[in-house]
Amino acid sequence: MERIPILKLGEILLVTIQVDFHDRSALALQEDLTQKIVDYSSKGVLIDISALEMVDSFMGRVLGNIAKTSRLLDCNTVLVGMQPAIAITITELGITLKGIHTALTAEDGIELLNTLIQNGNNGQSKVFGKRRLYL
Amino acid sequence: MTIKSQEERAIANENDIADVRNSVKRIASLLNFSLVNQTKVITAASELARNVLEHGGGGNVLIQLIAESNRTGIRLIFADSGPGIADKEQALEDGFTTGKGMGLGLGGARRLMDEFEIQTPDGGGTTVVVSKWLDKP
Repeated sequence: MERIPILKLGEILLVTIQVDFHDRSALALQEDLTQKIVDYSSKGVLIDISALEMVDSFMGRVLGNIAKTSRLLDCNTVLVGMQPAIAITITELGITLKGIHTALTAEDGIELLNTLIQNGNNGQSKVFGKRRLYL
Repeated sequence: MTIKSQEERAIANENDIADVRNSVKRIASLLNFSLVNQTKVITAASELARNVLEHGGGGNVLIQLIAESNRTGIRLIFADSGPGIADKEQALEDGFTTGKGMGLGLGGARRLMDEFEIQTPDGGGTTVVVSKWLDKP
């Protein structure tokens, strides 16, 4: 089984999913990513799917699970490069990819992640402040 | 309706699902389906092939190039010898699943294709037949 490479770019992890992505490599990616998020204290994951020719419900579930798991580890996920034909198809299929941020290009995705990372930190300190008030 | 050509692919493991997708893609692009329709057919094939593997314990698919007087299309016949489907209406509902999936496979495949039929003979097994026409009437 081929493992999908994960690149580290500062606080961000970058994953490019290539064509012919098998079920087992998808599940391995989920495990590898969560481990790297913890190892590097990463704040963002950028997943590039521009080379994919289709996304089915299995892959939709894997992508959704990656985003949910990352969120629990204080890390945001942005999906970039979805082909228009895939967007039309997965909408008809019924996949909503709720909770996953998207951007058209990898460049836009990194910009969005940087914004999310900054806002996320502000958000946390606000919540923390409120909690202290209640104490 | 006539069958212009057909090929059979076994579905015994997850690598076969990718092979089925590739074969379907080849036929769909041969027929000059638009990119959106090619993507729809490939995605439906992927969903149904995974059903054959997960719920039917494996099986096969016939990929056919079909023609009628004024139109051509692609037909996919997925067959397994698993336990069949207890409640076909329920199986087509979005969100209903007996497996680990999202429950979008059957209903989703029906939406992506032009024609859709499930046969569950008394002897067991499930056959799903889907088609998409190049020129819708």
